[in-house]
Amino acid sequence: MSGEICPLAALRAGEGGLVQPGGSEHPVAQRLLAMGLLPGTEVVVIQVAPLGDPMEIGFGGLRLSLRKSDASAVQVRRLG
Amino acid sequence: MSQDTSRPVRIALVGNPNTGKTTLFNRLTGARQKIGNYPGVTVEKKSGLWAHGGRTFTLVDLPGTYSLAASSPDERVALDFLAGHLDGEAKPDAVVCVVDASNLVRNLFLASQVADLGLPMVIALNMADAADRAGISIDAALLSRRLGIPVVRLVATKGEGIDALGHAVAQAADQGALMAQVPWPEAAERAVKYLAAGLEKEGVRPLAPGELRRILFDPRSAVLDRAGWPAGSDPAPLLGASRDVLSAAGWHPLSAEALLRYEHLGHLTADAVKFPEKRRRSPTERLDAVLTHRVWGLAVFVLMMFVVFQSIYAWAGPFMEAIEVVVAQTQELVAPWLAPWPALQSLVVAGVVGGVGGVIIFLPQILILFFFIALLEDTGYMARGAFLMDKMFGWCGLNGKSFVPMLSSYACAIPGVLAARTIEDPRARLTTILVSPLMSCSARLPVYTLMIGAFIEPSFGATLAGGVLFAMHVVGLAVAVPVAWAVNKFILHTRPQPFLLEMPPYRLPRMRDIFWRMWERAREFLLRAGTVIVAMTIVIWALVYFPRPAEVRERAMADLSALNDISAVDRAVDAAYLEQSYLARAGRALQPVFDPAGFDWKITVGVLASFPAREVVIATLGTIYGVGEDADEASGDLRSALARDFWTHGPRTGHPVFTVPVALAIMVFFALCLQCGATVAVMAKEAGWRWALFGFAYMTSLAWLGAVLTFQLGTRWLGGGS
Repeated sequence: MSGEICPLAALRAGEGGLVQPGGSEHPVAQRLLAMGLLPGTEVVVIQVAPLGDPMEIGFGGLRLSLRKSDASAVQVRRLG
Repeated sequence: MSQDTSRPVRIALVGNPNTGKTTLFNRLTGARQKIGNYPGVTVEKKSGLWAHGGRTFTLVDLPGTYSLAASSPDERVALDFLAGHLDGEAKPDAVVCVVDASNLVRNLFLASQVADLGLPMVIALNMADAADRAGISIDAALLSRRLGIPVVRLVATKGEGIDALGHAVAQAADQGALMAQVPWPEAAERAVKYLAAGLEKEGVRPLAPGELRRILFDPRSAVLDRAGWPAGSDPAPLLGASRDVLSAAGWHPLSAEALLRYEHLGHLTADAVKFPEKRRRSPTERLDAVLTHRVWGLAVFVLMMFVVFQSIYAWAGPFMEAIEVVVAQTQELVAPWLAPWPALQSLVVAGVVGGVGGVIIFLPQILILFFFIALLEDTGYMARGAFLMDKMFGWCGLNGKSFVPMLSSYACAIPGVLAARTIEDPRARLTTILVSPLMSCSARLPVYTLMIGAFIEPSFGATLAGGVLFAMHVVGLAVAVPVAWAVNKFILHTRPQPFLLEMPPYRLPRMRDIFWRMWERAREFLLRAGTVIVAMTIVIWALVYFPRPAEVRERAMADLSALNDISAVDRAVDAAYLEQSYLARAGRALQPVFDPAGFDWKITVGVLASFPAREVVIATLGTIYGVGEDADEASGDLRSALARDFWTHGPRTGHPVFTVPVALAIMVFFALCLQCGATVAVMAKEAGWRWALFGFAYMTSLAWLGAVLTFQLGTRWLGGGS
């Protein structure tokens, strides 16, 4: 639990992170909360699209594709 | 609740996307559906009748949403409908919340928000068979007791559980049981009270606690506007102070709702849902390893799109030819019957039968394209395609799902514009609709063939002719990208929607659902766009036919009395009539506008007459040049007639009308213009008349500009224009 805090977009394919407390007015952050990406949830970057964007993330049995610019709205603690 | 049997019971269907909500709606209502738009937004409104156990329910299928935060038009429509804020629409009597049994808790989040609005509800545990297969077991009876409302196990695709659902819905509408409420912490209750008091001071009408919570928790709530917040006043201080009540108690206002609802739902569903001990690697993950792979994924995508394109470009051909034959035979069959009344004959043959033929000609392409789109969507592949392509389109305001509409538009913009329906973000959908008609569709090909065959190939050879043909197919795409960018930057002011796409598990599609979708789109096109297309065809017909003074015929006959070929006389008379028609008068009047592009009055008339469809320009030129309206792009008579035409007045007198720069200018004009009444009608149906007219205006301006530039530069470099 000593990983750095960074935006979700900074994680590479295969890496996981722990969503940080707080919240953002960003529509994507709000939508992700409604979908269950709560503070304290573990999220994994499954893969990045061949052209470098968007990225596919997974949490709680859900798989989503989102743009890196939007994924920056969520802060995570990088898991080793 | 009320037992009044005279008023139909109104039931709203809500649910997350990908829960099979629409399949359930189709299953329950069958063909008894009405499809329209909600006023002022491009959100589809679907309602239908469902008869069950001697009662009839009016079912409204609300857009699929994850929450009622109302940050997207879809969510806003759902919220407005459920809260009874839509004009002329009362709140529904009960709600069916369709949930994916494999993702129960996440799906119940929306249900708990809906319940907060005080609406009786039934939970439809859909796709229960898929949950079984994944080893997830749900105790529906226990869940129902915990939630306090009926929970019905359902497999909508197979019709399982429909009877039980009908029973539960009737019970919910009559008894009005409400879902167990979130035990809001004291601070949340206090924040709501504080907010209510502040709103009352501003003269806002009293709101239910559920609506107040929407204002409290959502960053920009639509409820506030609907409830009558005074226009000039800034709600931020009141909202900030209310949220401070939450913050002071240690709750972050932007994440408090999600945390509290999920915690509550976790308690309610505990031991009613059991997950398998060990998670297996699902078939979806194994498929995705290939289908979204950086090499294989792109290769499969290109292959699939090639099949989609071929299907509408080539496979629809025989069906379209068959339709053309049937239309032509109908015209031949009807014509002799009406021979005594020439005006009526022409109206029926060219206007009505021709117009209807011009509508049904699009059916093969629409049906085939929507077969593939339904297949791509129902299998779950569409989301993968969008994932692969988003980077290419996202930067100019389109998104990954713009690919299919734009590719389809290379065959025909009609199915292409309709295919933009698959794009959830209204802004990207509108941009896609506006630029898709720039793709060089197959109706432009006859114009290119005529001009290249008559003027490019004879002077420059086949290689350069092929190059020009290719350039014509690229010019629209090259223009579309900056247009999309500019429309987004300068014209659209709505907030762009986040590109947040669920990657659903791969599923085997059901043919029944696919055919239903094909039929639905085809029916909509025929009824809503078809009527407009026929009306436009008749208007253009009238402008070409009238006025028809008898002396035109007499004069033409007198001039031609030396000719003994009857068909030549007929063609000459047709040409004489066309020359004095309203449309030709307009063409002469407008010719100065097109003069900088090198167009004479005859080409200008061709441009105007081709408004119903671009290829009509060839039949029109055929009539004007007296080679008959049956002339096609390969017609040697028409080609040589064009080549033999000289300016009879003005500064270019004595020079040929058709030169290489003029031919190029005509091709560029038709590549960029929106001379296609059917596309305008479909754009109007999908995005409203305002945007259809905007599309027509910007494309016509671009076409004019492109033609003028081509002619002017071409004349300078190639000569021959002056």
